[in-house]
Amino acid sequence: MSVDQATVRRVAHLARIAVTEDEVAHLQGELNAILAFVEQLGEVDTTGVEPMTSVIPMKLPLREDVVNDGGYAERVLANAPAAEDGFFAVPKVVE
Amino acid sequence: MSPSHRDLTRLTITAAREGLSQGHFTATELAQAYLAAIEAAGDLNAYVLATPEKALEMAKASDARFASGEAGPLEGIPLGIKDMFATEGVRTTACSNILKNFVPPYESTVTSRLWKDGAVLLGKLNQDEFAMGSSTESSAFGAAVNPWRRAGSSQPLVPGGSSGGSAAAVAAQICAGAAGTDTGGSIRQPAAFTGTVGIKPTYGRCSRWGVVAYASSLDQAGPIARSVNDAALLLRSMAGHDPKDSTSVDLPVPDYEEHCGASVRGKRIGIPKEYRVDGMSAEITALWDKGADMLREAGAEIVEISLPHTRYALPAYYIVALAEASSNLARYDGVRYGERVSGRDIVDMYEKTRASGFGDEVRRRIMIGTYVLSAGYYDAYYLKAQQVRTLIKRDFETVFAEGIDAVLAPATPSPAFGIGEKSGADPVEMYLQDVFTVTLNMAGLPGIAVPAGLSSDGLPLGLQLIGRPFGEESLFALGQVIEEAAGRFEVTDRWWE
Repeated sequence: MSVDQATVRRVAHLARIAVTEDEVAHLQGELNAILAFVEQLGEVDTTGVEPMTSVIPMKLPLREDVVNDGGYAERVLANAPAAEDGFFAVPKVVE
Repeated sequence: MSPSHRDLTRLTITAAREGLSQGHFTATELAQAYLAAIEAAGDLNAYVLATPEKALEMAKASDARFASGEAGPLEGIPLGIKDMFATEGVRTTACSNILKNFVPPYESTVTSRLWKDGAVLLGKLNQDEFAMGSSTESSAFGAAVNPWRRAGSSQPLVPGGSSGGSAAAVAAQICAGAAGTDTGGSIRQPAAFTGTVGIKPTYGRCSRWGVVAYASSLDQAGPIARSVNDAALLLRSMAGHDPKDSTSVDLPVPDYEEHCGASVRGKRIGIPKEYRVDGMSAEITALWDKGADMLREAGAEIVEISLPHTRYALPAYYIVALAEASSNLARYDGVRYGERVSGRDIVDMYEKTRASGFGDEVRRRIMIGTYVLSAGYYDAYYLKAQQVRTLIKRDFETVFAEGIDAVLAPATPSPAFGIGEKSGADPVEMYLQDVFTVTLNMAGLPGIAVPAGLSSDGLPLGLQLIGRPFGEESLFALGQVIEEAAGRFEVTDRWWE
């Protein structure tokens, strides 16, 4: 499978990465090189093979459903580019 | 009279620990010696942040604990930490512009275990951006430089990657040891390129909590050190169960040091025929044979084995790793941390923030990951890759069930290459660096890279030993055999000073 320039733009939007027109052609070439490389997996017969979910057999541990951490909003917000009144601040989302 | 700085920085951790506990020098003197060496090593660009004040403060506390008889197993040992580990109050960037000013309000589990055992923080080490790379050239802080050079040449070489700053710093003796991370070979390949020892433990052995996530099902932390014994000491402190990482395993951590020097007589070592890849240099083939001889002379039995799905590990890896990366790196949106670029609305803000904050390789990987997970392609790529991963793991399970104790393979297809040599139009050329290392991450297995010789132009070459799940002890025993037979490799021309 190879991607065209429209697909590059669509994937960039899905990934929320702005791309300029000059970058599209360049990215198309690089993405197709990587996709061509992974194409060889098609040679492997995987009929009836379970997909890997965990390399080490383990049961996901459960813990008590209680609050065991938190209560320090100022530390959580310490690295935010914009914060107000104990909240993260973003551009208006709902008109 | 106190020993000179070079006398102190040349010591292995094992020797420094002895000198400290005997009172031959203090933790403060040791930290000062390393800080002076770091100061003189700017040309290597191995550190992205030195923390001299913190180092001296921690060293002073170590001296106090020596005085009161409360010294920990790594008391006073100065370490460098890859910039993937969150360090409380100390800038942590994963060498990305998007985290340029991030100062974590918490400490990663692995580093907090090192500090609890008495280690001293010298600073944060350079790496490929978000650990995505095999040369440390994709760092937002510029490439790290290998302290090794080809004989008679002053061409700058890469230290490998992604833990290239860590490996360069250990080899240049500007830290006693380092904590790195390995997703596809990022500890073992740089260790091989710099004549150092690096171990990626079994998946689940070290907590991933507080480590910047790249590909969560593959990421593991591990040490880079100057000797097998030093690596054993560091791993013992780094490993262990952590309730904050649900994939960390609740198993006791053995005293790995006890296994360095243990007999390997009767161990069955597999030589996988599929690792003899096309175009492998005669030098690497000869090194591999030499490694087998070293183990045979120590009483191990060498057996040819087959791991039939080896050649599919790299393409499957690039699907799994990039898919997980695209998901993990969604968090860098300019809202909770990192640099924000304003836009006309919130989506525009996300897109501009991410376009400006991520470097080329990271953008490329996120886009591939997004593509393979997008509607209509999931089964063809991601599901297929995870099925192939099952087959890769099964290959290893089969040979282990047949009585193989460990597998011997080269660590890398070549010695260190020049800066800029592999950053051409085809990203796959760089990806091939990981051909011998990714299989272990895909199967969750432990692997150690140990220097075993020099190339014809005087560069270190490494061998890799692959163990059973949680079989790190036997890797230390086997690694020690190679180290004793091959010797340790120290940079003699300190050109950067």
